[in-house]
Amino acid sequence: MEEIKKLHTAILEGDAQMAHEITEKALAAGIEPMQLVNDYMIPAMAEVGERFECNDYFVPELLIAARAMKSALTLVRPLLAASGAEPAGRVVLGTVKGDLHDIGKNLVAAMLEGNGFEVIDLGVNVAPEQFIASVKEKGANIVAMSALLTTTMPAMRTTINALKEAGVRDQVKVLIGGAPITQRYADEIGADGFSDNAVGAVTVAKKILAV
Amino acid sequence: MKPLLEKLLAAGPVVTDGAWGTQLQAQGLGVGEFPDLWNLTNPAKVEAVARAYVEAGSQVILTNTFGANRVRLAETGRAADVPAINRAGVEISRRAARGAAYVFASLGPSGKMILTGEVTADELRAAFAEQAQALAQAGAEAIVVETMCDLEEARLAVAAAAETGLPVVACMVFDSGRDKDRTMMGNTPEQAAEALSAAGADVLGANCGQGIAGFPPLCRRFRAATDRPLWFKPNAGLPQWVEGRATYTTTPEEFVQSVPALVQGGANFIGGCCGSNPDFIRAIIRCLRG
Repeated sequence: MEEIKKLHTAILEGDAQMAHEITEKALAAGIEPMQLVNDYMIPAMAEVGERFECNDYFVPELLIAARAMKSALTLVRPLLAASGAEPAGRVVLGTVKGDLHDIGKNLVAAMLEGNGFEVIDLGVNVAPEQFIASVKEKGANIVAMSALLTTTMPAMRTTINALKEAGVRDQVKVLIGGAPITQRYADEIGADGFSDNAVGAVTVAKKILAV
Repeated sequence: MKPLLEKLLAAGPVVTDGAWGTQLQAQGLGVGEFPDLWNLTNPAKVEAVARAYVEAGSQVILTNTFGANRVRLAETGRAADVPAINRAGVEISRRAARGAAYVFASLGPSGKMILTGEVTADELRAAFAEQAQALAQAGAEAIVVETMCDLEEARLAVAAAAETGLPVVACMVFDSGRDKDRTMMGNTPEQAAEALSAAGADVLGANCGQGIAGFPPLCRRFRAATDRPLWFKPNAGLPQWVEGRATYTTTPEEFVQSVPALVQGGANFIGGCCGSNPDFIRAIIRCLRG
């Protein structure tokens, strides 16, 4: 099936309809779902990330590429689940307590989903107890926290401490990000990873889970 | 050029004000508290921030209305208070100014993205029109559309502000890309200048996002792209984590080292954003007036 090569271009250019159509045809032609993901979708998203890093793509291009990837994944995911394949990781994500800003958090969610992660988005102003409950309920292996304000970033430390007290700190990796966040702050509060952009967040998530 | 701007700029570069958020925190604004609500609940403290800038010598002060649009206020269940919060914000700054400074009203972004469908262009148009009208009716002398990341949203805000007939300042955040010369959505100073002029902005520029060292190159590009007056409010650097709290480490003396380059580059209005305070304003004035 020659047309399948266009799946890469469709994702790269953010053509959700095209990505969906090609995936549908490819599956009908008997191509393995896993092969579609590994040989076409993931390389396309990797190229999106590279283009972002060299100033060729910006946030709008990231978002539409992630949307195209997602439209293809909606067809593939049920098949993968039925065959027992696990997502790249399960991420519980939210903007910390006291902070109502969600643009950065939403970008990270879109990029993680586009790269094969299952994302449980708890929204904004998320209390430590909500993170804990969701980790327990969903069996997540990553907690990702966002904060835009210097005044709300201490809630990241509070949440990490609460995860420890609840006895679930060891089953998750903690990722943090947001305008005022630095690697130094991540180290200081004992987070496992930090990124200052949504493409980097995927790289860090993959690295700490070794996927 | 609108008469007010002509009058203001006749004597050379105009000094505006510095940060409000960090100053309100110093007055006791709590974590997660919505600063704009203080216009109704703590007007004296808001006025103290405004007065400190007037006393420092700001020729233009802004208002505590950055987030007082319907989309943002809905998150705290206070959408019905949009007119009252904006009116109070302008009145507070006017009381503090006592005729010694002009009051330009602040109008910030919605915090939602059109591109992801979180908010529609129509919703933004209505929200900005409501806020701009409230600011104008309360006696604002100009409207400052600031800290915009999305050119489309900025255009809608500028158009709504221009409808009031007041002078409109339009500035965006340039903090993305290798050279930090793009908005989050990838737009350049040239694209911003063109689109925002067309939407009705009288003054163009940049605020927030990075320290002042990155602003002279932005200023030169804006100057090459437009004849309109230019407005810049850089941060006092980016926050550093010092002894358990976030701190802006740029001093007023370090900050003003880049002020001559801004003026030479064609800047007409100069002030500070996050992390700056009245000491920065005094330092800018010393730098400009000797």
